[in-house]
Amino acid sequence: MQSQATYNYKVVRQFSIMTVVWGIVGMLVGVIIAAQLVWPELNVGEWFHFGRLRPLHTNAVIFAFGGCALFATSYFVVQRTCHTTLFAPGLAAFTFWGWQLVIVLAAVTLPLGITSSKEYAELEWPIDILIAVVWVSYAIVFFGTIAKRKTSHIYVANWFFGAFILTVALLHIVNSAALPVTLTKSYSAYAGVQDAMVQWWYGHNAVGFFLTAGFLGMMYYFVPKQAERPVYSYRLSVVHFWALIFTYMWAGPHHLHYTALPDWTQSVGMVFSLILLAPSWGGMINGIMTLSGAWHKLRTDPILKFLITALSFYGMSTFEGPMMSIKTVNALSHYTDWTVGHVHSGALGWVAMISIGSMYYLLPRMYGRTEMYSTGLINAHFWIATIGIVLYIASMWIAGVMQGLMWRATNPDGTLTYSFVESVKASYPFWSIRLAGGVLFLTGMLIMFYNMVKTMAGHRAYDAPVVLPAAAHA
Amino acid sequence: MDINDLRSLITVLGMACFLGICFWAYSKRARAGFDEAALLPFTDDDAPVPHAARQAKEG
Repeated sequence: MQSQATYNYKVVRQFSIMTVVWGIVGMLVGVIIAAQLVWPELNVGEWFHFGRLRPLHTNAVIFAFGGCALFATSYFVVQRTCHTTLFAPGLAAFTFWGWQLVIVLAAVTLPLGITSSKEYAELEWPIDILIAVVWVSYAIVFFGTIAKRKTSHIYVANWFFGAFILTVALLHIVNSAALPVTLTKSYSAYAGVQDAMVQWWYGHNAVGFFLTAGFLGMMYYFVPKQAERPVYSYRLSVVHFWALIFTYMWAGPHHLHYTALPDWTQSVGMVFSLILLAPSWGGMINGIMTLSGAWHKLRTDPILKFLITALSFYGMSTFEGPMMSIKTVNALSHYTDWTVGHVHSGALGWVAMISIGSMYYLLPRMYGRTEMYSTGLINAHFWIATIGIVLYIASMWIAGVMQGLMWRATNPDGTLTYSFVESVKASYPFWSIRLAGGVLFLTGMLIMFYNMVKTMAGHRAYDAPVVLPAAAHA
Repeated sequence: MDINDLRSLITVLGMACFLGICFWAYSKRARAGFDEAALLPFTDDDAPVPHAARQAKEG
């Protein structure tokens, strides 16, 4: 028999390792800025000031950690479910090095104060162009692989990855449209409330497609794989997909309640946010019920614990989100730490946990092993991370509701009961608890790094052979 | 015709399209294809082949 073709695991391996590395970097910056809130004297110099490190934290965890996890898993899943190697392997290698360059440029420019000041789109125009080029290359590799597939169906996970890739390209290019003035300064192509609406159309769909659709792609592959049974309902997954596609685009205005945005637009945003509860929970139920008949595996398999806990947090934050989009609730929650708690319930609970679970599945396979060096350490990571998240989001809920109530409290004569600084003072204990939660979550990532290095040690990089056409009919 | 009529039309068509997808997804006709697609992650065993076994197979 001839030497068989192998899947392109190299790029998957590179992105998987960098997922763990950037996860540690991004979360470390998060811990630093959480500490700066507790001890303001930690704001050392202009480069390491909270205002400059905060966008570095968000960019690092979303685009570096989350982005690398999405590249790794999408390249792995599309090859394995299409029974073919990646289209344009040279271009795939370019997406890895290009994306790393974007991350390094972000890490340099943001502390220097070079920013377009659009939240989650802070990077200046030359970097934006590089992102667009990398992203279009990513789309060519991904859809090219789908086009040359050896299977008749396109597995549902690939639909989610595909929607994520297409939509992020659209969002990034439209929202980053700007007029450059110098190499490091540009002005948005939009003005006033239109600029705000474009920004939050981008911002919320970045949540919907970057942080949700892509990670649902992971869920639809790795949960069935790890549970060793097909997804609970394939047709529910089809409805789940299209319902998200049809509704997510409209939810952005809930970020602009009680602003200059027309009132009807705010109401449309609120209604579509409420509708989103249905597909989100449909997807969550579909993922969790995949375990039906195999619940006992949760007791012994920490990777499955990560994946299923991620889905539970997905359910929690997609219930909380629509509630917070209701105008009257938003009047209390907006601009408080409740929002920060909500975001981290989704970011740590859903995005990070599903990524970590998927990485624990991928990493050993990238080195020809069936499991990680230590399953006990995965279990330790799971519990440390879970306790960290609970501390984080519970403290932020309490702090947020307290801040909202203090800011709106008035005396009988109409004057404010509390000055702003009184709410800051009252928040300190909760910020300390949040810091402890963040430190725990980061500790979990360090354990993961050790486990990863031990898994790689003494094992050569491994590329699995492409499945033979005959096997497809078996 | 007002541009808003066109906007309403797109919204209605979008809704109809989505309902159509739901009916199709739950129709009997789609079932066989879905059952097949749902098994795609299991059509190739991705447990790594030990190096020695692989060489023997290829040799």
